[in-house]
Amino acid sequence: MTDVTHRELDDLIGRRWRRPPLVKRTWLRWTLVIGGVLYLIAAIASVEVNWSRVYEGLERGWAFVLAFTSPDFTSRGDAIWTGMVESIVMTVAASVVGILISIPIALGAARNIAPLPVYMICRGIIAVSRALQEIIVAILLVAIFGFGPLAGFLTLSFATIGFLSKLLAEDIEAMDRSQAEAIRATGARWGQWIDYGVTPQVLPRLIGLSIYRVDINFRESAILGLVGAGGIGATLNTAFDRYEYDTAAAILILIIVIVMALEYISGIVRAKVQ
Amino acid sequence: MPVLETEGGAVWRKRTTGQAMARWAMWLLGVAIFIWCWQRISDATTWFFVWDAPEIAGDILGRATPPRWSYINTLWEPLWDTLNIATLGTLAALVMAVPVAFLAARNTTPSALFVRPIALLIIVSTRSINSLIWALLLIAIIGPGVFAGIVAIAIRSIGFCAKLLYEAIEEIDRTQVEAITATGASRMQVMAYGIVPQIAPAFAGIAVFRWDINIRESTVLGLVGAGGIGLQLQASMNTLAWPQVSLILLVILAAVVVSEWVSAKVRGAII
Repeated sequence: MTDVTHRELDDLIGRRWRRPPLVKRTWLRWTLVIGGVLYLIAAIASVEVNWSRVYEGLERGWAFVLAFTSPDFTSRGDAIWTGMVESIVMTVAASVVGILISIPIALGAARNIAPLPVYMICRGIIAVSRALQEIIVAILLVAIFGFGPLAGFLTLSFATIGFLSKLLAEDIEAMDRSQAEAIRATGARWGQWIDYGVTPQVLPRLIGLSIYRVDINFRESAILGLVGAGGIGATLNTAFDRYEYDTAAAILILIIVIVMALEYISGIVRAKVQ
Repeated sequence: MPVLETEGGAVWRKRTTGQAMARWAMWLLGVAIFIWCWQRISDATTWFFVWDAPEIAGDILGRATPPRWSYINTLWEPLWDTLNIATLGTLAALVMAVPVAFLAARNTTPSALFVRPIALLIIVSTRSINSLIWALLLIAIIGPGVFAGIVAIAIRSIGFCAKLLYEAIEEIDRTQVEAITATGASRMQVMAYGIVPQIAPAFAGIAVFRWDINIRESTVLGLVGAGGIGLQLQASMNTLAWPQVSLILLVILAAVVVSEWVSAKVRGAII
């Protein structure tokens, strides 16, 4: 604390040291504390919990935990296999298409590359894509395109665009201007300027983000089935509805294993490119 | 340096022939995989329904506008529930995430061999499963309602918060901890005075960041019956009340934008 004057220091001598509070202004601190407590009381009071129902459920909860020790991969094996393949197929296709579309949009959304009108349009696309959650987009697309993996594929592509374009555009905006200018000084065309001046600077990050997005897309594809957009979610939903916890546990274990594998691969790849 | 010999002399190239071939093969493989994936999606699609999609979309848009503004009065209570699911869920998650994070961080874990892998397993398994799936599971166990939503959000957030928090713990300045230890402080006192002040800003940032995400997620938890505004969305869609659907979507959008604004403000004030 450098702003303590000598006078204040004199006052402090002989007193016990106390930890400095997180929020400095006293009135603000107390408003936050009292407001927080009041909100918590109101919130907890408005949550109705049927404790007898919860108590009855504990047994089922325990049955589910036990199911993890004996997951059943075989009796619904066909459904699990088809659902998993569909999830993976949707993930791959949507990631490829999403990444391809998000690269031009990211270029357009970088202020140091695009003129203002293009910038506004591209930022608008990103904002819309980011504000709408996957599952809501999936509901609308299922209503429009009908049930099946096409709706899921389109949902994931759409969500990928918002995520990847925004982060990539920020990276492009933070790039080193002088390298791009050096390429331009050689008389390069616009395409060559992007290819040799900009791409090498952002490529490692693009690869890292793309792999991260594949990971997210797979996780999301697991829930799209709940609203009829294809993938493993439908199988999982059915398993829960029928109280077949061993099958549900098998599906969840598969999801966790695949996510872990993807995370491991992405760690290796990111370490390699950066 | 890879060069191409031509009649006019050597020309610089980016890659040798072998490298170029290897890259070409990789691209071929990638494209083949993509086409196969697309083929599967295409086979599972009823293209007849897709061709009249623009018409259907226009039809839905026509039915959905204008939104039924008067319906907003029945939305306040679900909106309050949604806020509670996100806030209470985040608080519960933080309470559980803190010990997990301390057990998972290399410099605070009591045993890197036995305890740390368990903590990491908790982090990975809670993180990789979406809150909707947790909600689905909890509804089967403890019945539909707001409480299931809170627990679902809480479980889902543990992994996220604990992961970010344990990374923050691993990055702390060791000298400060050593200084506190040198005064003869007990293990708990070292925690309270040496480690906690260093991670408090990160902790607050993580909490607000996750709260923002949880507001988004809790708006749709109702789709599977876990309370909040999603219940109204589901009910309106089941009765094909499109003007109500469009109003609910607008309300959700507003809630998301507001929560993002609040979280950005608070994080700006902390950092």
